[in-house]
Amino acid sequence: MKLRIVVEQREAPSLRIRLLIPLLALGGTFLLTSGLILWGHANPLRAYYYFLIAPLSSRFSLFEVLVSATPLILTGVAVTFAFSGGYYNIGAEGQLYAGAIAAAGLGLIVGGLPAPLAIFVLLVGGFVAGMAWAWLPAWLKVRWAVDEVVTTLLLNSVMAYLVSALLNGPWRDPESGWPQSPEIAASAHFPKLVARSRLNLGFIIAVLALIALWYVLNHTAFGLKMRAVGLGKSAARFAGIPVERTMFAAALISGGIAGIAGVCEVAGIQYHLIDALSAGYGYTGIIIATLGGLNAWGVGAAALFFGLIDTGAQTVSRVLGVPVYLGEVTQATMLLVTLAVLLLQHYRIRIRRG
Amino acid sequence: MNFIVSLLTATLRVATSILLAAIGETYAERAGVLNLGIEGTMFFGAFVGFYVADLTGSLWTGLAAAILSGILAGLVMALFSVSLGVNQHVSGLGLTLLLSGLALFAFRLKYGGRSTPPSIEPFPLLDPFGDMPILGTLGEQYLLTYLTFLVIVPLAWWLLYHTDFGLKIRAVGENPEAVDAAGVNVYRVRYAALIIAGGLMAAGGAFLSLAQLGAFTHGIVSGRGWVAIALVIFGNWDPFKVTLGSLIFGGTFALQLRLQAMGLQLPIPYETFLALPYLVTIVALVLAGRNAAYPAALLKPYRRE
Repeated sequence: MKLRIVVEQREAPSLRIRLLIPLLALGGTFLLTSGLILWGHANPLRAYYYFLIAPLSSRFSLFEVLVSATPLILTGVAVTFAFSGGYYNIGAEGQLYAGAIAAAGLGLIVGGLPAPLAIFVLLVGGFVAGMAWAWLPAWLKVRWAVDEVVTTLLLNSVMAYLVSALLNGPWRDPESGWPQSPEIAASAHFPKLVARSRLNLGFIIAVLALIALWYVLNHTAFGLKMRAVGLGKSAARFAGIPVERTMFAAALISGGIAGIAGVCEVAGIQYHLIDALSAGYGYTGIIIATLGGLNAWGVGAAALFFGLIDTGAQTVSRVLGVPVYLGEVTQATMLLVTLAVLLLQHYRIRIRRG
Repeated sequence: MNFIVSLLTATLRVATSILLAAIGETYAERAGVLNLGIEGTMFFGAFVGFYVADLTGSLWTGLAAAILSGILAGLVMALFSVSLGVNQHVSGLGLTLLLSGLALFAFRLKYGGRSTPPSIEPFPLLDPFGDMPILGTLGEQYLLTYLTFLVIVPLAWWLLYHTDFGLKIRAVGENPEAVDAAGVNVYRVRYAALIIAGGLMAAGGAFLSLAQLGAFTHGIVSGRGWVAIALVIFGNWDPFKVTLGSLIFGGTFALQLRLQAMGLQLPIPYETFLALPYLVTIVALVLAGRNAAYPAALLKPYRRE
């Protein structure tokens, strides 16, 4: 007698499966990453305590989680806009830096303005800069059908050199000589939401971006068109939707929001442009958009959870000496495990005789 | 004249790692799978090669370990894109992020406490033509460069166009249903292509750490995997045309190195030259990519009914 593993299509995912999926994904991820923690000479259970529980146990570390989540919410929203519109923008990392450059530059000249106006100028400048950096690949895509995945990725490398050129050239700090831009004007600093914490206006902006994403995708004609293009270009074209124009708009909005993420890091946290401004937030945004199912609330939840992982990874590294890259590995593992587990929604695995 | 010869010499050297990875990607895409895990596979291969070479004192053992790690990466990519049939963009990027994180994690764990960056004695340059004019300089290359240009590329061309195995690879990338109907196991062919691809990508990464640099750094790959993907499109999925593309990128990169080495006082920052090869790649992609004939089944998972 032979046993065979058969994969069958499932009609509708049952409630049990839907509840099981996040649990399986979490369990699988932590099982896989415990190997690394053991390799780092630490006890996985202790590590997970510092990873997931400790950051939530004090008020100030809780605020740190929100600070870490801020750029992730914004890049998650940026990527969701593009992916929903069928445009694979992998360039959020570069667009984030474009926004950061704009904020660092404008921040030097808005000193005379009242704070709300100065901040507004930075936000608009960052949005436009992110859009501008997203423009070329978007235009090449709709005009010449050049693959946007490759061009957005290549422009991320170009942006890294542009930032380095600025920081080693005109913007090298004249006082310290460090490769960081001069501090932006005090009026452009984002106000703190809680005294003595790092939590600032950036988090509110990120939440507003989430709400805007939800509204545009679900309650506007443009959102409907975007999702139609994302589901299938030829069907959308057949339905009379201007596919190229919709995709182009989704790409530019995506770049603009990624630019805002850069503004929030410069004006909310660093007050300078530095080359390590983003810890790969543009790429993490892709994971978050995917785990969030291209849905605003899902993106928000995934970004908060990843903010927790980022904060926790710092703690684990400080307390247990496990390299901080454990955070990145955990996030990528979670993406892959979830992609696999999500298939259970549509397929069931059976063992059959025969 | 000397300038041109030394430029060409550097071009071949710089092109090697990207060419290895691009030939790998050619196998994968010909079989219908876009492997965006390429950047991470190269980075991971660069680390594994360096670490094992440092540990064992043998560069060849390091290279073999790197290739093995690439094969494993290819298997993971195959598991997701072929067996599970999930979105290739997302799973490939996920693989790159995972492998980059793993390499950085292991590098910090093994070499974290040191004050000076670790290094090894890299592969030596061969000098088969001695003092002969032109060839003497041009031929001063690593054995891996010779192998890549004289064996890996022609072999890829011969395999893809002149063997039954190559025909199967190309066919599952164009019309997997028909191939399946003819009794060929689509999954197995795609797995094979992704395993070859992973090994070549990791070898490309290991070339950087074991030959070109003799060290491992955070920026060692810095987007070369993405360039390789662009070159595959530029080269229309043909190993020889892909080689031509890698020479254009390598040439721009080598020119940039020469200009920096000459120490000219230019009114523009040197980063302009560093960014130039990436911009040239975009231009090449626009010029050639407009008429690109993508493998018809690229990005489409195959599920047997």
